Amino acid sequence: MSAAPATKPRAAVSKASKAKAKSLGYKSFTAGNFKFERDEYFAHIYYPGGRHIIPVDAYLRSLMRDVGWGFFYGTVNFDNVFGTINHYGTVEMFIGLLNEAYKSTGRHYVETFDAKKLKKTFEDMLGDWTNAGFDPYAAPNETGKAFGPKKGSNLKAIQRQRMVARRMVGLPGDLPMRSDKNGMKVNPQFKDVPQDKPEIHAEKGFEKEVHAFNMFAYTSRSDVTWNPSVVSNVKDSQFCATTEEHMLPIGHGNDRVEWFIQVCDEIIWDIDDGQTGRPLAKVVMKAGDVAAMPSNIRHKGYSPKRSILIVWENNDGSLPDRHASGELKPYPVEF
Amino acid sequence: MASPQTVFGSLKQFEKGGVEAIDANPKHYTFSNVFEVASQSKPYEKVCVGKNLRYVIEAVRAEGNSPWYAASHDEAALVMDGTVEVHLVKPDQELVPESKEGTVLVGTEAPKGKKMGWIKAGKGHMALLPKGAAYQFRAKKPAVVLIQTIMGDLTIERWAEICQK
Repeated sequence: MSAAPATKPRAAVSKASKAKAKSLGYKSFTAGNFKFERDEYFAHIYYPGGRHIIPVDAYLRSLMRDVGWGFFYGTVNFDNVFGTINHYGTVEMFIGLLNEAYKSTGRHYVETFDAKKLKKTFEDMLGDWTNAGFDPYAAPNETGKAFGPKKGSNLKAIQRQRMVARRMVGLPGDLPMRSDKNGMKVNPQFKDVPQDKPEIHAEKGFEKEVHAFNMFAYTSRSDVTWNPSVVSNVKDSQFCATTEEHMLPIGHGNDRVEWFIQVCDEIIWDIDDGQTGRPLAKVVMKAGDVAAMPSNIRHKGYSPKRSILIVWENNDGSLPDRHASGELKPYPVEF
Repeated sequence: MASPQTVFGSLKQFEKGGVEAIDANPKHYTFSNVFEVASQSKPYEKVCVGKNLRYVIEAVRAEGNSPWYAASHDEAALVMDGTVEVHLVKPDQELVPESKEGTVLVGTEAPKGKKMGWIKAGKGHMALLPKGAAYQFRAKKPAVVLIQTIMGDLTIERWAEICQK
């Protein structure tokens, strides 16, 4: 674990705040010089130099993605101040590092952690702070409230694993199909998505290779939002299908170029500069649209109706360094 | 309350979004639409709509019978509109060396080998084009297929024609 800048005083959690959290039944958590408290409505993040505050429903939704994705590719911005950067083994947790004002006035704060240890702290926090009835993976219309004093827990919801096909969904030994039988029902917003199956006529001996599945139907049965799961692979090329409703809780700043293929309905993306948060563009995507997300931006999506998106990732582990060094341009194509 | 209506696109009906630049170059978002690309393509042209270094996504207008293809690695075909048959043959001899990436043209005739079977895939269906197999697409009516593969000799790049500038 290392920290920078190092000259600021340690986080000062007020006695009143600590007592309040305790009286509400929530645990407090510490990671290095960061301290985390929650009350009925907010997550309070204390760090050397100050305190940051985030509405607790938004905080838990972001925390869920950070934990669920193992800190994901690149940067997970909980908001425009607090977030994490994945260095694949270590993780930087920061206040204001990617915020123009905090950075230019030297009010930012960063610490580096062992990824496994920080993930454990985050998992414990998510477990303790998520009340019964609140599912941080669900759209707001599908779940109860995050607010109020501690009331039970929802471990079943927060311990769902991200689904990753090794070759393709439905192949023998790979990710199974989703069905009513295994509890993966069609989401009510996708009741009109056909659930038919491809016709497969395999000759004897080729049953394991002649394969197809209904990808739209499979995705329509996803019980989480903004949580891509891998459905097919070509070496490091991964198609990650996901259902999106309401808004992406985080601002995702990838450390490589990624692509979006809008399968149905519409998502509106706010695109900001990855380093400063300065607005750059809006990208409106409708069914059949394809767009690249450059490696130097952060994006936040809004999906008025539940929609299906394919996030196309390149899982090559050398890419973050090649982008950071300038060897690769932040956008994928010159024309 | 009315049931939500899911809106998919098709060759006949699609609506395109776009990049609204505030302080950005729209070209950097490489924005296109697969139905528009397929509507302007010849049958079985493999037009690149996504490129991530050597990996690509190709939009293909499937219409009639395609030539036979093969690859040294898995590929995936996602039907975005229409119905497509995929016929598969296990060649007696290796058609593509391990070192060669991307889709390779085999010819108009099926290579000598064992029939593996065939798939009839409709909208939303994803078919595996397995490593080492030869395959042919057949579509009675125009259809749109996205191919997840690696850039090869048959990949066509026409970004200036298909992308928002």
